[in-house]
Amino acid sequence: MALSPTPAPPPASDPVLELRGINKSFGAVHVLRDVDLSVYEGQVTALVGDNGAGKSTLVKCIGGIHTADSGEYFFDGAPVTVNSPRDASDLGVEIVYQDLALCDNLDIVQNMFLGRERRRGWVLDEDSMEQIAEETLAGLSVRTVTSIRQRVSSLSGGQRQTVAIAKAVLWNSKVVVLDEPTAALGVSQTAQVLELVRRLADNGLAVVLISHNMNDVFAVADRIAVLYLGRTAAQVSTSEITHSQIVELITSGQTEALGPGAGRNGVNR
Amino acid sequence: MTSSVLPLADKSESDAPESPVVTHIKDYVARLRGGDTGAMPAVLGLVVLCTVFAIMRPRFLSAGNFANLFTQGAAVTVIAMGLIFVLVLGEIDLSAGFASGVCAAVLAVLLTEHGWPWYAGVLAALVVGAVIGLVLGVLVAKVGIPSFVVTLGAFLAFQGVSLLLVKGGTNVPVRDSTILAISNRNLAPIVGWLLAAATVGGYAALQLRRNRSRMRRGLSAEPIAITGIRVGTLAILVGLAVYVLNQERSRNVVISSLRGVPIVVPVLVVLLLIGTFVLRRTPYGLSLYAVGGNREAARRAGINVDRVRISAFVICSTMAAIGGIVAASRANSVDSNTGGSNVLLYAVGAAVIGGTSLFGGKGRVLDAVLGGAVVAVIDNGMGLMGYSAGVKYVVTGVVLLLAAGVDALSRRRAEAAGLR
Repeated sequence: MALSPTPAPPPASDPVLELRGINKSFGAVHVLRDVDLSVYEGQVTALVGDNGAGKSTLVKCIGGIHTADSGEYFFDGAPVTVNSPRDASDLGVEIVYQDLALCDNLDIVQNMFLGRERRRGWVLDEDSMEQIAEETLAGLSVRTVTSIRQRVSSLSGGQRQTVAIAKAVLWNSKVVVLDEPTAALGVSQTAQVLELVRRLADNGLAVVLISHNMNDVFAVADRIAVLYLGRTAAQVSTSEITHSQIVELITSGQTEALGPGAGRNGVNR
Repeated sequence: MTSSVLPLADKSESDAPESPVVTHIKDYVARLRGGDTGAMPAVLGLVVLCTVFAIMRPRFLSAGNFANLFTQGAAVTVIAMGLIFVLVLGEIDLSAGFASGVCAAVLAVLLTEHGWPWYAGVLAALVVGAVIGLVLGVLVAKVGIPSFVVTLGAFLAFQGVSLLLVKGGTNVPVRDSTILAISNRNLAPIVGWLLAAATVGGYAALQLRRNRSRMRRGLSAEPIAITGIRVGTLAILVGLAVYVLNQERSRNVVISSLRGVPIVVPVLVVLLLIGTFVLRRTPYGLSLYAVGGNREAARRAGINVDRVRISAFVICSTMAAIGGIVAASRANSVDSNTGGSNVLLYAVGAAVIGGTSLFGGKGRVLDAVLGGAVVAVIDNGMGLMGYSAGVKYVVTGVVLLLAAGVDALSRRRAEAAGLR
């Protein structure tokens, strides 16, 4: 049952990040089988799939936490090797994990610059960090925090997500991967975060959004990639597919409506 | 970047009918009520204790007793300063007391029995302290034994090492005049005033420079009135302290004159400044807080967590060594109980009373000084009132529990208010 992936038609330009034929096994468990993924600048690519479909593993391969067993990783059209989180962030790929990895006892500025502080000699350059953090948040039109010297523990779930995202875009990143950013949020905060996700893409970033919530996906995504049992079941443009077709792809790996052989060979439109 | 600004800026620029000072005070009150108590409980406790003791025993307020407070509390305070670094990580060092005893014994044996010069002895004591910290830190961070167990074992072991070094029950006298001067001699009054002026002036200059730099960048700066109040308060406190310490304390002036700031005070101030600088202004200090707050986040941010944890134990034990030197100077000798009995508990108590959290992620070096002052005042005041050691221990223990209770409650309150 070989997959014969062909790259999705580039919407505007070549993909900034492209994975081809990624395989990853943990012992006897073959988690990813010939997975393809293309991510474009200025677009939100939703990565969907049921639990255990391999989304998290794929993200960890993108972020350099896992190294793929085989397959190719292209960045800006050039083949690259990503063996550590440092490699990924050097390329401009930042991942916001579900647990956000923020220090509650530090303020927003300190969290945004954690591990990469600006310094003057031996001393932290607090003022310039604060200024840049403020500009970054303003650039994302974030208006929900009262003070960027607030401790992160005092923030709501949506605000924390915002800080984590702002932290990711602070480093001139080109690709931002968001792992279930709205999973733990209420309705209005979900809306705020989705708005922010959309704005990231509109600012020219390539955004990968992992979500279980189809409403979220259809609200912001330009393209949808479906993983089914470790395979790429489809990579399609949001406008060409319906809600129920996506659910069908997620649960069975195929959908009749997209034509014969859709699930079998992967749908690429 | 767009022209949009943060609500913070909106608020302070557009609808700012109240003066910035009022806003600042309101912020502070809100933080207090939210459970971010800061130095408040320790300062309040200090004021209450001093008032009570001053009423019950007027001699408590005498210049001689005031000077005593510093020399009595210095060793515990220095050990507590080191403990802060470990407590910020959410770890504990129960062996810091006896580590100070071992280092003091090393110093005394080298000076008295081997005739080493004081600087070589001090250096050796500091190196021993650093090595102790390194061993503890490696056992905690690399081997993975909980710090409570590691340092409990070390507590017992160092007690033994200390006994071995001073050869059983004897005590090793310290006769070196430089070492003795730390706790027993005073600065000339004029030098005290000069140092006080330098401290206040330096503080004011730093604050003003910081405000100017922030305003230049268009960041929210502290209102000048608040800066003025801070500097003014510091000036009054420092001035008062130096004035009192410069009074004649000798019972018989004809035989000897006893006045001036005890030398241990500038030692404490220098350690306070260095410690505060390291914790507040350097990337290393920030990494300590980060590891104490969320170790996994720190690791993902590229911080070498193991190295940070080991280094905190090294700093703690090295500070304990300095505490041991101060204690040796005060006692004029070292015995197997130096750094023993209640020293460690007083030091942990000082840190917690000052506002450092036992849960990690929160603490300042200043906490050690404030808490150390509370512990010293209780010890001194109750001694003046003629209470036995037993009563003193009970009261200090209760105060420690009170402080830990305030810590736990304010933490809960902070969680509820979303501040912590």
